[in-house]
Amino acid sequence: MEHPFEVSYLRWIVLLPLLGAVVNGILGATLQKRFGKNAISLIACSVVGVAFLCAVAAFLHILRLGPEHRFLLDTLVAPWIHIGDLKVDIAFWVDPLSAVMILIVTGIGGLIHVYSIGYMHDDESYWRFFTFLNLFTAAMLTLVLGDNLLLLFVGWEGVGLCSYALIGFWYKEHANTTAGNKAFIVNRIGDAGFTLGIFTIFWGLNSAGHGTTPVFRELVPVAHYLQTVSVWGIPAATLAALFLFIGATGKSAQIPLYVWLPDAMAGPTPVSALIHAATMVTAGVYMMARMHFVFSLAPVAMNVVATVGALTAIFAATIGLAQNDIKRVLAYSTVSQLGYMVLGVGVGAYAAAIFHLLTHAFFKACLFLGSGSVIHAMGGEQDMRKMGGLREKMPYTFMTFFISTLAIAGLPPLSGFFSKDEILWKTFSGGHPFLWLLGFAGAGMTAFYMFRQVFMTFFGESRADHHTQHHLHESPPVMTYPLIILATGAVLAGFLGVPAALGGSNRFEQWLEPVLVGGHGHAAHVTEHAVESLEYLLMIASVGIAVAGILLAYQMYYRKTLSPEVFSSAGGGAFYDLVYNKYYIDEIYQATFVRGTLALCWLGANFDLYVIDYLVNGAARLTAFIAWLNGWFDNLVIDGLVNAIADGIFAIGNRLRQIQTGSINVYLYVIVGAVAAAQFLPRLSSEMLMPVLIAVVIALAVVGVLALLSARRPLWRPPILRGDAPEPH
Amino acid sequence: MEHSVLSLMIFIPIAGMVAILCLPGQAQDLVKKVALAFTIPPLLLGIWLFLNFNRATPELQFVVKVPWIAAYNIEYFVGVDGISISMVLLTALLCPICILAAWGIDRAVKGYFALFLLLDAAMVGVFCAMDFFLFYIFWEIMLLPMYFLIGVWGGPRREYAAIKFFLYTLFGSVLMLLAMLALYFSVTTIDPGTGEKMHFQLAPYFLGALGAWNIVYGALCALAQCFIEPKDMKKLVAYSSISHMGYVMLGMASFTPQGINGAVLQMFNHGTITAMLFLIVGVIYDRAHHRRIDGFGGLASVMPVYTGVMALAFFAAMGLPGLSAFISEVLVLLGAWQRYKIPTVMGAATVILTAGYLLWTIQQMFLGKPREDYAQMHLSEINARELCMLIPIGVVVLILGVYPHAVLDLLNVSLLNLNKIVLAAAQGTAVALH
Repeated sequence: MEHPFEVSYLRWIVLLPLLGAVVNGILGATLQKRFGKNAISLIACSVVGVAFLCAVAAFLHILRLGPEHRFLLDTLVAPWIHIGDLKVDIAFWVDPLSAVMILIVTGIGGLIHVYSIGYMHDDESYWRFFTFLNLFTAAMLTLVLGDNLLLLFVGWEGVGLCSYALIGFWYKEHANTTAGNKAFIVNRIGDAGFTLGIFTIFWGLNSAGHGTTPVFRELVPVAHYLQTVSVWGIPAATLAALFLFIGATGKSAQIPLYVWLPDAMAGPTPVSALIHAATMVTAGVYMMARMHFVFSLAPVAMNVVATVGALTAIFAATIGLAQNDIKRVLAYSTVSQLGYMVLGVGVGAYAAAIFHLLTHAFFKACLFLGSGSVIHAMGGEQDMRKMGGLREKMPYTFMTFFISTLAIAGLPPLSGFFSKDEILWKTFSGGHPFLWLLGFAGAGMTAFYMFRQVFMTFFGESRADHHTQHHLHESPPVMTYPLIILATGAVLAGFLGVPAALGGSNRFEQWLEPVLVGGHGHAAHVTEHAVESLEYLLMIASVGIAVAGILLAYQMYYRKTLSPEVFSSAGGGAFYDLVYNKYYIDEIYQATFVRGTLALCWLGANFDLYVIDYLVNGAARLTAFIAWLNGWFDNLVIDGLVNAIADGIFAIGNRLRQIQTGSINVYLYVIVGAVAAAQFLPRLSSEMLMPVLIAVVIALAVVGVLALLSARRPLWRPPILRGDAPEPH
Repeated sequence: MEHSVLSLMIFIPIAGMVAILCLPGQAQDLVKKVALAFTIPPLLLGIWLFLNFNRATPELQFVVKVPWIAAYNIEYFVGVDGISISMVLLTALLCPICILAAWGIDRAVKGYFALFLLLDAAMVGVFCAMDFFLFYIFWEIMLLPMYFLIGVWGGPRREYAAIKFFLYTLFGSVLMLLAMLALYFSVTTIDPGTGEKMHFQLAPYFLGALGAWNIVYGALCALAQCFIEPKDMKKLVAYSSISHMGYVMLGMASFTPQGINGAVLQMFNHGTITAMLFLIVGVIYDRAHHRRIDGFGGLASVMPVYTGVMALAFFAAMGLPGLSAFISEVLVLLGAWQRYKIPTVMGAATVILTAGYLLWTIQQMFLGKPREDYAQMHLSEINARELCMLIPIGVVVLILGVYPHAVLDLLNVSLLNLNKIVLAAAQGTAVALH
């Protein structure tokens, strides 16, 4: 396929990390033994580093092109699947959206690779860790660079696999592998939805008769035909959007499929930072932005998306209020922040959602890596109730963590403020004041629980035991430098998208505009002067609620002038219990879906064992019974009859033989009898003839039966005679 | 070469069988080597076939046609088209591998390998035969060695299993024979416009639903093996095989280019992946002499290379992208969705169950802490012979994930042609009915 923007270096962005994974995967154990751990990390980090340079090159390349022509294509395998109307190749493309994503994945991913050199240093499965980290990077890059839905799905499943392998990285602990299984299986629910979404799009366009393709750039101009066909009374566009959204709820941890993400914290902390905060979990948001032309056709689906996003944002935030595990707080915070991104997609503010994805990648990666640094120093301890006072011992970790916390709390001018406010503003101006309210309340909670975390971890007296306190230390530079770079990003990234109301030009939105054009989001360009004052007002409100949250946390956990009891005992403690136990969602799922499925399995297995097998065995038994009957009949009736006739004739002959006695008397009687009969019979009337003949036949029969009974080889005797019958002579 | 290649592939194993029967019974090693030696030429011929097959025509190729029983028009007629060549290649690939896998047989070795070679010949014969009668003969010859292989060298309850297997397949064969006779006699007597044709309209939906049912039911039963005694790993693989074969049925019944191509590709992929799974069960059974899922734990620490190979096969069975089964399952579902919505939803949702039973098996057998009783069990790492049987299949699985056209190119033209004929027939029917 000739294309004016065909290049051949995009493939290396994907292939290099893949190569690293293959080399470390096959030779890693040997290399580690022979050349030490540095050989492993050298390979792993350098492939990602070069991939990052390629990504920068691609970015600069499209930067030089005009806004309407910003895209590059690199076809690696053609044909991949060409069957009928389906024509898909393994082709990578860069447009402004995927350019942002590859910079995040290789950039932040690269930093996390470097950080892992320090964090994983004492692990003997060092090579395995970097293998999966590289493989993950390759899969994530396939996801964002793939130029069609199927290739996106390849990356989508690939990151799921690596996530599974890395959550259960320390596989000797049962809890870790269970968490891995949970993540994979829950994600598979989403994947099933996603594939059905792909099928619906393909089929819908096919039925509409306007040619069909899974390639994004070819889909854009024909997507609107999806409105012309319907399944089950639902327009194909709506159905496809809903199916795709199911996929997004799995990967991006939205209600109802978010349950895997908090458990995924069982993995090493760099994994949590890379996969479960910065990149993989944003795949759902990326996919929906990529498929914006389908979502925009389906207002019903958009409302569902927005509602689910807002609900997730506040729901996860409430759970985050009461967690004590340093990583679990961050996990619920991630679910909540992903909720904001999904809300952004749902109100048509795709650019704002991607913008928040970018800023969140910086500050949440920094927070996770910071928490990893803390856990590293605390000798594996994750309970914040046993921390405290780490500020002096770990100055770099504290500073970067604090900055990122300010960013996530949404204080200007840090990045989180710009991106979160953009989403909230688009929600409000798009006519969803209730959803805005949910997001607004969630923002206050975010500020509260994040500062609660900072105060509990870094301030006050140390609550660790003596041994741990003795070993407290700042992490090595290989871990702190990435923290500093990420924190810098958390401060500065926001300036890419300063809204017009604050005198900026929202360069980020402009950058994405060529990609997202045609997305008929109802909140796309509402920045007129009349509403600008309203925008200011909302900004001030959200800064206000963030400050309020911070002050509350300050009073409770720093000054301790206000006891947390105020909350935990409210309503008799019922609400606190509910939140502390995460609304018992896991238990509910366990009791319904898991048990339901297992019951179905039990039913299936028993059906197979008892019904199917019994049917088969029953059929066999029936056949055997019929065969037995047949044999019985053959032996008894057929053979019996034949033998009976033979035996009877023999027996009768045997008896008749006795007539030939040689006794003159007997002969005389017979002769006399015969003569008498000859005289007598012709005189008998015809009425008498019959009875006499019958009597003779009966007499003969009796003789016959008697003869049979005493036959030499009786084959069958009436049961009563069995055993006590006289033996034949 | 052109004309004798298929016959050679059929009869070289038979020659091997004869050779083995002439060997002394106590020369076990020699018997095994001879058996292996006689499966290599068919494999090489298979590769030659793959390279020389004309992918642009739906016509039969490498045809041999010799009159046999002239009175009934029965011929020795062999040849391959795009549909059958994939199965011929699969057989040629798997036979040497299965001989390697049977290296541990130590009872009646001569009998085993002689029967196996007969089975090999019959299988290739079935796929090459283009005469119904010849086909039926190969089909029945196939059952005979299978019956003895199961009944003599099988596990506990082997006699029961052998008889069950034989009765089941014989039952199927008899129906098939009836269908063949019906076809034979109906070629001249069928009357368009009779009720016969109406069934064609109903049959596909029934088949599609049956396929979906197979997918779900097999997966549920496989999942049940994870927690219902006796937790037999081999049974789990067998049920998963049932589930995966459901995709074939679903795809076939869709009569769309994607569906039927996916279905035949799935036959091939299922052949490689399920073979891998069974071989993997065999590897651990040879060491532990049992295959209870809960009888293992932490194997990843004891046998890391084995675990790696296992992971490849398990994730391939899960339909993970980048591996072969992904392509065929997506094609099947994509094709099926265009015709049947609910069965496709069932098929797509089953990937959740599939992930469930495979991951649970991995967790119970391979992850966790290694068990202490392994010291007595002598669980040694997978050896070179076992790697020789698993790696080639693994490579095929990987290649077909990235470049499925290696097989799809063989199939496509023949299948599209077949689909055209079938759909035309269906179209004609509709006209006749109205």
